[in-house]
Amino acid sequence: MRNYKYFFLSLVMSMLYVLTYAQSPTESTDFMRSNGKIYVVVAVVVTIVAGIFIYLVSLDKKIKKLEQEDKKK
Amino acid sequence: MMKQAWWKILAFVLLMYTCTYGFLVQVPKLDDRMQESIRNLFFHVPMWFGMTILMTVSVIYSIKYLNKHNATHDIYASSYAAIGSLFALLGLLTGAIWANYQWGKPWSGDPKQNGAAIALLIYFAYFVLRGAVQDEEKRARIGAVYNIFAYCLLFPTLFILPRLTESLHPGGQGSEGNPGLNGSDLDPRMRLVFWPAVIGWTLLGVWIATLRIRLRLLTEKRLANA
Repeated sequence: MRNYKYFFLSLVMSMLYVLTYAQSPTESTDFMRSNGKIYVVVAVVVTIVAGIFIYLVSLDKKIKKLEQEDKKK
Repeated sequence: MMKQAWWKILAFVLLMYTCTYGFLVQVPKLDDRMQESIRNLFFHVPMWFGMTILMTVSVIYSIKYLNKHNATHDIYASSYAAIGSLFALLGLLTGAIWANYQWGKPWSGDPKQNGAAIALLIYFAYFVLRGAVQDEEKRARIGAVYNIFAYCLLFPTLFILPRLTESLHPGGQGSEGNPGLNGSDLDPRMRLVFWPAVIGWTLLGVWIATLRIRLRLLTEKRLANA
């Protein structure tokens, strides 16, 4: 359960990061809005892939814990 | 190997590189038919390369199972086949999205699309077959034999038949060489992203497969102890 909390927390934090980017006072030279806003797509894809990796790490940890419990028996 | 961290970190680094530089790298314009959608080469195509590698690992474990009759090998074979099928399904879906904007509709009955769908259905039958057999040893043995059959059918459905007729995919009738492995045809800048993408996505698939294997080994152990 605790692992899930960390997972969602990190997801929300990464979303906030993107949000703060979008709400900062902008000029036409704003990095995220340059090149046809392609960097917005980059941020979205990176968030999704990073989220998947965070989830896999937490799964890996859980399974490792079970394996170690089994070894002790 | 399975529990080591270095290749999982490598997968993360390669995919982060793919998902950032893949969008920023300069792509050739040619006649501008593809525009920026050619960047799907870093996401759609590695699904199929990854699937081929995962299915190859799966069939190797099936052959091992038939040799040694070790139940662990059966768990390896079916787990890799499951993740391989997931990659194929994602490849089919992403291909349909791309096709919708490139060829006008998501499914145009292109020989490669049809072949991929048939190959995927053959692998679905593998899981149906496994689910239908109660006895564990029988399930493993029939599964292993069927898996070898399914793997052999990947070659005509995905790699041979689509190339013998006209195809919307690269490598149809009249084209020379191998569309997947003709490295010199690919723009050198794109090649610098494409191969790391293939390795990264494949390692991600291997990671998911090993998690599934470890979970099933644990379950088996607990059932045996109970």
